[in-house]
Amino acid sequence: MSVNNEFKPKIVAFCCNWCSYAGADLAGSSRLSYPADVKIIRVPCSCRVNPMFILRAFEKGADGVIICGCHPGDCHYSTGNYYARRRMTMLFSMLDYIGVEKGRTRVEWVSAAEGVKFSETMNDFVAKIRDLGENVRLGDLRCKN
Amino acid sequence: MQELITRAKELLANGTVARVLGWKIGDMPYNPEPAFFETVESLDKFVYNGFCGANLSKYMIEASKLEGKTLVCLKPCDSYSFNQLLTEHRVDRDKAYIIGVGCKGKLDIERIKKTGIKGVIAIGGAEMTDACDTLAIDTIYGEKSCSYNDGMLERCHVCKGKEHKIYDELIGESRDTCDKERFAEVERIEAMSPAEKFEFFKAELSKCIRCNACRNVCPACSCRKCVFDSTKFDSAQKANVDSFEEKMFHIIRAFHVAGRCTDCGECSRVCPQGIPLHLFNRKFIKDINEIYGEYVAGAEAGSRAPLVSFTTEDAEPSIVNERGSK
Amino acid sequence: MYKIAKENLASLFALINETKELYLPVEVAGQTNFAAYTAEANVDLDTLKTVKSPKDVFFPQSENLYTCNKEDNKLKITPEKLVDAPFVVFGMKACDIKGIEVLDRVFLSDPVDSFYAARRANGIIVGLACHEPEESCFCKVFGVDCTEPAADVATWMIEGELYWKALTEKGEALTESVKALLTETCESKVEAEKSAVKAIVEKLPYSNLSLEGWNGNVLTEKFNDALWNELYKPCLACGTCTFVCPTCQCYDIKDYNTGNGVQRYRCWDSCMYSDFTMMAHGNNRNSQMQRFRQRFMHKLVYFPANNDGMYSCVGCGRCVDKCPASLNIVKVIKAFSEKGDK
Repeated sequence: MSVNNEFKPKIVAFCCNWCSYAGADLAGSSRLSYPADVKIIRVPCSCRVNPMFILRAFEKGADGVIICGCHPGDCHYSTGNYYARRRMTMLFSMLDYIGVEKGRTRVEWVSAAEGVKFSETMNDFVAKIRDLGENVRLGDLRCKN
Repeated sequence: MQELITRAKELLANGTVARVLGWKIGDMPYNPEPAFFETVESLDKFVYNGFCGANLSKYMIEASKLEGKTLVCLKPCDSYSFNQLLTEHRVDRDKAYIIGVGCKGKLDIERIKKTGIKGVIAIGGAEMTDACDTLAIDTIYGEKSCSYNDGMLERCHVCKGKEHKIYDELIGESRDTCDKERFAEVERIEAMSPAEKFEFFKAELSKCIRCNACRNVCPACSCRKCVFDSTKFDSAQKANVDSFEEKMFHIIRAFHVAGRCTDCGECSRVCPQGIPLHLFNRKFIKDINEIYGEYVAGAEAGSRAPLVSFTTEDAEPSIVNERGSK
Repeated sequence: MYKIAKENLASLFALINETKELYLPVEVAGQTNFAAYTAEANVDLDTLKTVKSPKDVFFPQSENLYTCNKEDNKLKITPEKLVDAPFVVFGMKACDIKGIEVLDRVFLSDPVDSFYAARRANGIIVGLACHEPEESCFCKVFGVDCTEPAADVATWMIEGELYWKALTEKGEALTESVKALLTETCESKVEAEKSAVKAIVEKLPYSNLSLEGWNGNVLTEKFNDALWNELYKPCLACGTCTFVCPTCQCYDIKDYNTGNGVQRYRCWDSCMYSDFTMMAHGNNRNSQMQRFRQRFMHKLVYFPANNDGMYSCVGCGRCVDKCPASLNIVKVIKAFSEKGDK
């Protein structure tokens, strides 16, 4: 019974094509597990992630959103992740300001070689979101049915 | 005001400018409207008093496309907006003749009415030559009065200063109106628990009717086509769907102007539902100042906005976890 | 004629709400708008004008028409249920009630709008006479008597007491259901209040506004007038005037992707917006001047032309109060009269 009722969070992970997306591949081929609750969306760079993508994910029912990019200094396009870093800092602070639980958003820098880090990050993030429970503050009621 | 009119007539008559962008006298004591004056005679209807709160810098986007120079009257805070538009190449400096006008704080009729005054017929004490201390208000229901400061817009209580950041000449006196801590309200919200914050913004934003006045008046919102006007976008501009659907619009709008917003306060002034929209913008300004260093948008034309720039030592987004609500 | 003390209104509302949904002016975060009654609601009958007109009780800002969902690989279409239970709107002012009359012309004429018609059939309107009209009011110009709301029940707030008079069968039935809380009284105080308020209305600055030259027969003349090119300039193209207006009735129909289907809804549209009446071939009003002109031409020329001379402005003055650029229908009417004088 309890297994069926357990909260299954929906997690959206925006992964940079050049690093963390490959990191996820590596995690897979190294047989490292991470929860199936994580749905990966590949983006060309962490900088491609428009703040609207994140709000939209929440609106349509995501319980947590994580953005993974190249380590600062390693961006495929030299500086994309630096811009992303500022933007996400600002956006997360705003979400905190309007009362959205802080743990629902995260940025991690994961390189193509860090399969282990990818799997650990996802496991940890999913566990945190499970603790936080369902996202009720950012969802659109119309998407609930 | 007379000096301003005389000078405007002179510049119009001698061909320095082709038109004057200012305020036209309204049919109520408190409702002058932004207007273009193209003839010397029409300037007889020019007015500049405590109710001329509208920031004219955004009208300069259109005026920059017209033939000849436009004389534009900018209050100190408007000059920041003009600089910002200049930085973004949305207005043409060569098409503008800027008269920096003095400011003794601008009035908000809604605030005056909130003090219980109804049926306003005439208002005395709001002229630029007045001391701007007390307003004498004649109403259908008798003589009333209201202190100038109580009738002032929120933004004037946290005024950035009465120095014009860009101008060709200055006319008129100013009066210091700053008597409140600019970030006090933001700090009050930051200190709330997540549930309280959520309730606060939900109550405020549930009033939103999606009229887009905040966006349309905003000098930083100068996109030719707004993302919220796109027909391919399903957060339709007009739908006020569930009680808090508007958060998407307001967060994204505030984000789009983050680092470019000069805190001119027009969004809060025009909101028909009195939503304190400046609280979003000011939160971003406060965060930028604290995390990336002091920055005043529009203080200087050509400066690089914080969100289109970076340093390799920037804080990680996880800093929010340490700074944010407990 | 009945009356009830102001302090007993809470029990009156609670009693009405026992059997019917009740909408009335409620203050939220400093602003008063019509909303559903709850025991905690901060009911505000003192504010003369709610920010939004109460038209959205009958014609909501957005409402679902139907929902499509995927079920077992089949499409399931669920039409939205029509309102079928009586509800009460308390505290509508005479101008707003006249606004509903304007909307009736649009939505109840063929083809009848079933959503609106269902709400109208079930809605019981309790009107509240104005006590202290404001300078932006000009309902008199459109033949509205603010002291005599043409509702199912008319009420007057006089010296801490609400006077209550049923005017229709629906109103009689409602009165019957709350009679336990009302006491019988005579009309003398109400008559005195009416004449006092009428005297104030005479003094309002807009009460003598002249509508001369505005009717259904001046279409070409007004449409082509060069004055529009001047008037529209300060307009910001926001939709404030149309969204606070008690008679603006344009709407748009859109689909929302819920992830598992589609929700078709309609929402208020505004002639001030760039995508107003957007069609496959594009937009037939390309400039803000044309869109601005549309609003006033509709209210003062097109509507009377199609509705026996009835204007679709009721003089509530909300646009006068709320326009961010201080533009409004009064300034437009005055500008045309001034031009005529020259």
